[in-house]
Amino acid sequence: MSGNGDSTSRRALVALGRDPLAVTGGVVLVLLVVAGLAGSWLAPAGINEVNVDRMLQPPSWAHPFGTDEIGRDVLSRVLVAARVSLEVGAVSVGIALLVGVTLGLFAGYYQGWLDNILMRCMDVLFAFPVLLLAVAIVAVLGPGLRTAMVAIGVVYTPIFARVTRAGVLSVREQVFVRAAVATGASDLRIMRRHVLPNIAAPLIVQTSLSLAFAILSEAALSFLGLGVPPPEPAWGRMLYDGRGFVTEAWWLGFFPGAAIFLTVLAFNLVGDALRDVLDPRQLTVSEARRHAG
Amino acid sequence: MTRFLLRRLLQSGIVLLGVTLVVFLLLQLVPGDPVRVALGTRFDPETYEALRSRAGLDQPLPVQYASYVGQALTGDLGVSFRSGRPVTAIVLERLPATLSLAITAVVFALLVAFPLGVLSALRSGSVFDHAARVFSQFGVSVPDFWMGIMGILLFAGVLGWFPPSGYVALTEDPVGWASHVFLPAVTIGLVTASILTRFIRSSVLEVLAEDYVRTAEAKGLPTRVVVVRHVLRNALIPVVTVVAVQLASLLGGVIVIEVLFAWPGVGRLTYDAVQARDYPVLQGAILLVAALFLLVNLLVDLLYARLDPRIRVR
Amino acid sequence: MTDETVLSVADLTVTIGTRRGAARAVAGVDWSVRAGQTLALVGESGSGKSMSVLAATGLAPRAARVTGDVRLLGTDLAALSAARRRRMRGRHVGFVFQDPMTSLNPVLTVGRQIGEASEVHLGLTRRAARARAIEMLELVGIPSAADRVDAYPHQLSGGMRQRAVIAMALVCEPDLLIADEPTTALDVTTQAQIVELVADLQRRLGTAVVWISHDLGVVAGLADTVAVMYGGRIVEQGAVDAVFAEPAHPYTAALLAARPDPDANVTELVTIPGTPPSPLELPEGCAFWPRCSVRGDSRCERELPPLVPVSAGHQVRTFYPRQPTGEDR
Repeated sequence: MSGNGDSTSRRALVALGRDPLAVTGGVVLVLLVVAGLAGSWLAPAGINEVNVDRMLQPPSWAHPFGTDEIGRDVLSRVLVAARVSLEVGAVSVGIALLVGVTLGLFAGYYQGWLDNILMRCMDVLFAFPVLLLAVAIVAVLGPGLRTAMVAIGVVYTPIFARVTRAGVLSVREQVFVRAAVATGASDLRIMRRHVLPNIAAPLIVQTSLSLAFAILSEAALSFLGLGVPPPEPAWGRMLYDGRGFVTEAWWLGFFPGAAIFLTVLAFNLVGDALRDVLDPRQLTVSEARRHAG
Repeated sequence: MTRFLLRRLLQSGIVLLGVTLVVFLLLQLVPGDPVRVALGTRFDPETYEALRSRAGLDQPLPVQYASYVGQALTGDLGVSFRSGRPVTAIVLERLPATLSLAITAVVFALLVAFPLGVLSALRSGSVFDHAARVFSQFGVSVPDFWMGIMGILLFAGVLGWFPPSGYVALTEDPVGWASHVFLPAVTIGLVTASILTRFIRSSVLEVLAEDYVRTAEAKGLPTRVVVVRHVLRNALIPVVTVVAVQLASLLGGVIVIEVLFAWPGVGRLTYDAVQARDYPVLQGAILLVAALFLLVNLLVDLLYARLDPRIRVR
Repeated sequence: MTDETVLSVADLTVTIGTRRGAARAVAGVDWSVRAGQTLALVGESGSGKSMSVLAATGLAPRAARVTGDVRLLGTDLAALSAARRRRMRGRHVGFVFQDPMTSLNPVLTVGRQIGEASEVHLGLTRRAARARAIEMLELVGIPSAADRVDAYPHQLSGGMRQRAVIAMALVCEPDLLIADEPTTALDVTTQAQIVELVADLQRRLGTAVVWISHDLGVVAGLADTVAVMYGGRIVEQGAVDAVFAEPAHPYTAALLAARPDPDANVTELVTIPGTPPSPLELPEGCAFWPRCSVRGDSRCERELPPLVPVSAGHQVRTFYPRQPTGEDR
């Protein structure tokens, strides 16, 4: 059974390769990572070069995305900002994954009072609208990159805890887990070797979709001035700064937002495709039933 | 039924208590002295002491929490660090703006999502279905504030049909309200609609594959009857939950849109409180929103029991 | 008993488009059922027995392409519009499906579900339909029908639900009842009760019945004629006594041998080795050849055996019909 995780991921990769939407999403993500890593080299004109002679210029060959209200090149800033978005997304989902999976594992494995307490705590976090909670946490801890990561991580923890717990509850009762218990393997070993690999599929799907939402949340926080402090470029912040000029300089609002949109869309496409591959239930309901008889 | 109700009530009560604890602890997490931070340059010892003791900050923590919960139960959420006015009043006066926006957005979303979701499920695999799926994928991925900005650019800037931002109370001038609510409501509504479209589509698809739908077809019922009485009646039960949860999260989650459109609702209040470091107002707004969220969820569960006979008897 | 044919299908073919190509679920099937008679369609799952009936009555999945001649009460169903065909269902044909747990709508009362076909087809008012539903519940032997009429499906036991489904199928007094493995999901005692109920109702109402089953035991006591299906084709058909006494096709013989013997102490299940062919790749020759115990020459592999008579009204599709030995039963 320990080979299960392996074959699952191989099966997923093969199926994803056949899905044109997932491939598109994957290509966009690779380009984003490249932009994030090499953004400052790629950026045709320095990201913070103020030049009052070229304020609010519309898109042109020299500045394909135009320039902003203090003459900075929008394309360069959009490229560089990819790094911040991906970083915040990855770190915050990483936090949520680590904490959420751990809590969900313990809650589902031991059940009883521990389960009750942990899951009620998750219910409490669930009672707050996502962005509101993130704003409150950032407001209290003080704005900045690190607090944004923590805030978004906290907000998405309950989802992972719930997905993990649900998976553990169903795996727990299966023969191979009972067999492992009977042979006297330690709880931690059972969780790592037998339970985790078998709940990998829903977690992979959830991770991909959460990355999309986390990046949206980061953009919203930046839009509210609670993310990365200026002058470091961030897509949400660029939208906020440009919002006063939209009627005369549409490119200030258009390009950073389009970048967020494409990034989130890419993660969603990959996540949806993963769900189709890894969550066979959806397939069986609509297809198997129709072929019955 | 009554046992189910009591258990749900108790559960909600416990979660609400947890919510108050989180909200209370927020203030404790502020690095340094929150009152001093809030007052900033307006610091003077007299106001400082008054605010501190009014907020109960000179007491030990458990006492502070107990009195916070006790006062919250009587509707007292403290006073604003800025204006000195009661937080409850400040938050409540923002509620109508948020409610009117959220409800308009959800109604708009339903008007779009219901036909789209149902039709794309009934004609799954058709061109219409693919178009609906592209729409919902778009809506789920698009940042609402970007769509808002583009909306302002197009409808307020280029076309000049709607004001770019601002608010008029519904009770004062319904037409003015409508013209102001249009852009923000459509912006939120399209995002909500795409979530709902997906959900309605998959819910209807799932029911379509049920044996009892084939039974209904086998009886020779007209398609309209099969769809409405047998498919939709079942498929829409879970949709009620999702609609309600969407509505509940809109009640506090539209900060960005309220900021963008200068809509004086609870979200905008939260944002202003954050900017001003007016922690009691921030706490009050969050507490109210979370309590509303729990209340809506509780109501949904009761509604669910009305709609689904399998739960009703339990 | 009249000689009137209620439903007949001729050269019925059902092809289902799937992602991996076209699946031939039914490959040229002829059968018919006369008023008051019971036809049993027998075969393993995937043999096309359900699909041939669903396709004949317009209930095949959307992806299915159906060809052939289907006549219900002399009317060519293929020539009818979908709406006209729909009006034949429920009115002239009633259906009972396998699982009574899932074939009833959970949010409507059983009375409403029984009555609604009579509202549509007989023009009954809602009130009259409810009265009719109570009548039907009594007919199928549900006690305190006047109370049960307002019960929701989950409030009834499995056997009661299947009785309600039968009531639903018979509410318009159809000429034909199609029972698609109606006892498979039930426990043994309830199975016997349901079989008995259907037989009893058939006697009283004179309904023709098509009984779809993989269980030859059920069929033996119930049917007048039997058609055994394999790989989308009929491999043997005839009067039930003749087929059971002298199965001419190796598959039928194997099925009969695989029946658990109620008299034996050891319940050793004899199974047929191998698996049925995939409808995606039906062989050119005899579909049963890979699993056949007789295993003739390569002709079986290359060439499809025709359906040939072995005796009056008893036909078989094989090059090597078993000789009647008298030892088979």
